[in-house]
Amino acid sequence: MGRYVIRRLLQMIPVFIGATLLIFLMVNVMGDPIAGLCGDRQCDPATAAQLEKEFGLDKPVWQQYLTYMGNVFTGDFGTAFNGQPVTELMASAFPVTIRLTIVAILFEIVVGIVLGVVTGLRRGRPVDTGVLLLTLVVISVPTFVTGLLLQLLLGVEWGWIKPSVSTEATFGELIVPGLVLASVSLAYVTRLTRTSIAENKRSDYVRTAVAKGLPRRRVVTRHLLRNSLIPVVTFIGTDIGALMGGAIVTERIFNIHGVGFQLYQGILRQNTQTVVGFVTVLVLVFLVANLLVDLLYAVLDPRIRYA
Amino acid sequence: MRGATHARWAALAAAAALTATACGGGGSDSGSSDGGAVLSSSWGDPQNPLEPANTNEVQGGKVLDMIFRSLKRYNPETGAAEDMLAQKIDTTDSQNFTVTVKDGWTFSNGEKVTAKSFVDAWNYGASLKNNQKNAYFFQYIDGYDQVHPESGKQSADTLSGLKVVNDKTFTVKLSQKFSTFPDTLGYPAYAPLPQAFFSDHAGWLKKPVGNGPYTIESYTKGSQMVLKKWDGYPGDDKAQNGGVTLKVYTDNNTAYTDLLAGNLDLVDDVPAAQLKNVKADLGGRYLNTPAGIIQTLAFPFYDPKWNTAGSAKVRTGLSRAIDRKQITETIFQKTRTPATDWTSPVLGKEGGFQDGLCGDACDYDPAEAKKLIKEGGGLPGGQVKITYNADTGSHKQWVDAVCNSINNALDNDKACVGNPVGTFADFRTQIGQRKMSGPFRAGWQMDYPLIQNFLQPLYYTNASSNDGKWSNKQFDSLVNQANAETDTAKAVETFQKAEEVVRDNMAAIPLWYQNGSAGYSERLSNVKLNPFSVPVYNEIKVG
Repeated sequence: MGRYVIRRLLQMIPVFIGATLLIFLMVNVMGDPIAGLCGDRQCDPATAAQLEKEFGLDKPVWQQYLTYMGNVFTGDFGTAFNGQPVTELMASAFPVTIRLTIVAILFEIVVGIVLGVVTGLRRGRPVDTGVLLLTLVVISVPTFVTGLLLQLLLGVEWGWIKPSVSTEATFGELIVPGLVLASVSLAYVTRLTRTSIAENKRSDYVRTAVAKGLPRRRVVTRHLLRNSLIPVVTFIGTDIGALMGGAIVTERIFNIHGVGFQLYQGILRQNTQTVVGFVTVLVLVFLVANLLVDLLYAVLDPRIRYA
Repeated sequence: MRGATHARWAALAAAAALTATACGGGGSDSGSSDGGAVLSSSWGDPQNPLEPANTNEVQGGKVLDMIFRSLKRYNPETGAAEDMLAQKIDTTDSQNFTVTVKDGWTFSNGEKVTAKSFVDAWNYGASLKNNQKNAYFFQYIDGYDQVHPESGKQSADTLSGLKVVNDKTFTVKLSQKFSTFPDTLGYPAYAPLPQAFFSDHAGWLKKPVGNGPYTIESYTKGSQMVLKKWDGYPGDDKAQNGGVTLKVYTDNNTAYTDLLAGNLDLVDDVPAAQLKNVKADLGGRYLNTPAGIIQTLAFPFYDPKWNTAGSAKVRTGLSRAIDRKQITETIFQKTRTPATDWTSPVLGKEGGFQDGLCGDACDYDPAEAKKLIKEGGGLPGGQVKITYNADTGSHKQWVDAVCNSINNALDNDKACVGNPVGTFADFRTQIGQRKMSGPFRAGWQMDYPLIQNFLQPLYYTNASSNDGKWSNKQFDSLVNQANAETDTAKAVETFQKAEEVVRDNMAAIPLWYQNGSAGYSERLSNVKLNPFSVPVYNEIKVG
């Protein structure tokens, strides 16, 4: 197990370097960021040159990348164009997005798995068909439609919630945005769990457990669910990263100042430091989440063991 | 069972949301119309650090307008430059000015505003090593080329043209005659700065200190700024409300939704998609007033194809092929007005706006358009490509409409196509590298309400915003002449003559004047937009 973890950690290094280099190059081919800084007029050449020097843009790209990565390892993610260190932006953006992701993941786990178990055990019944139809609707409607609709209904028409989230972005305020963000994945989790449960219901070990006279609850939670959760855990694990980076739409609709907002602004303003910094952290989140998923396999199913 | 789970969750969500609302809403209902109530307003994240000489966009400018007062201030209604901190600004030759600062003004931290506050601030703004994006505002002051050389190191730290005479007086020597110079001094870049700015710069940037009707109580970068009325403000334009909370919105649609839900008091940018509903939603609480912004199509005069003898005729022909009236009505819902000159109606007649100066050249006439383009040698390469940035605004829609109008007029569906560029930065890069092959979007928001500002930076040879690199000796000499004129009325007249040169050569096609739009809640009254399309916050009454 220990060796496996170390091997996985070492594998992360090339992935990490490759991903950041790719993002770095992509942001760099979009043109000169200084040109966009002076509004609808040209920056005067002297100031532009000075700014380029300050942001290190006067050097060749490979050199910029090396300096940047060197700084990243000392915890310095550079400065955004508004004079704010990128680490400061991260400190304000990541907690908000993490809270949002937690709300979304909780929805996925609690609602998704419960619905999945219920429908899986009652395959073919009206409950199953109803939920299947519902998930189909949720999957086919784009997030921004769900988001805007809920915002309009709950926020403006009925006045149950505020249409936008305040600066503090407390858990209470994030319930509706979290639900919107989770909606599509939630539907997938439901369907995955349902199929998995329905399949394992007929397996030998479940039959044995039932034959042993174990209480139904124990059969379902201990024997059936535990084995059925493997694909679901895989999905949720990879979804953590996707939710954090892909919250742009939800964050825009509900005015949440999280990672999505910072990335969007960074791309619009072509701020290499912001974009690469945030993506670097997101890449790390992805890698760690995947590692955790793989480790969870061993816990869920003792048959899967890593040498 | 599924139903039950669902209902419980919905109820839980609603309950939690309700408590959150109840907690958050408590602060604002303290007073009625006693002038102590605070309003909330939509805001965008400023692009650059908030310093007077470093702020060149509306969002940062909004804050500077609230926390700073300069020598002059532009009347929020007429746009006229009026004395604010200036007791008087004397000159005999339009080149040497003596400025006397009024007594009794202080910064909100108690420091006195003196002649030195101005001179230090201007020197800071002009100095190359401070990277100030508005440094070119000081370019007419003597010694600018030493403090801010075009390349290489600066040879001086302070402008030789600025001299402090005593606490209340300083002199300004310009490198050329510039009759309307005093009227430019209302621009935020010329604001005075307290010593605290220089002694603790990082601290100042976290919480800027100025001398205006408001003080900054807290500033969470990227999220919100809380401004409070400054009770010790010595000016006569004191704040009529207790303060303003500026909230950063990621999307102006969300801000508008918040306004409808009663969660926000003022939106100063009504999203284009809502313009159809705004009257029904807000009734009389919708403002749509002219601002000092004009949209034009500029041309790459560095490209020989656009610099031929007949190309002026082609440009005029293109101008005549654009149905401005229809586009402003259908796409912009009358938040733009068809342009008939190259300035803006906010200047007023005396300021140099001349309705109809463009004449026939701006009238829609497909037949004449066709004829003119043919006489001028046809479209270069048989087709024009209008380049624009597709990331912000509704540029795609109007460029497509303009092209459609041109294609219809010329009976050729390939005569004009839009050429989108992904980001604004890339668009500016391509302009800077002179890569434009045809007309391109050019918007101009005035810095100060002067006809000079609509002409010189845009059309003077090698001027800062002359992106098309147009050059005309007659125009240049008329501008020089106008700047040297001591009599303002005569200066304006000469500028208009220069504008006629722009017209005769169709240096850029004027499209339309842009309005500022705003919507506000029932709590507010006396809401106005100034000629820069920024709300006049200090006059807004709450309750």
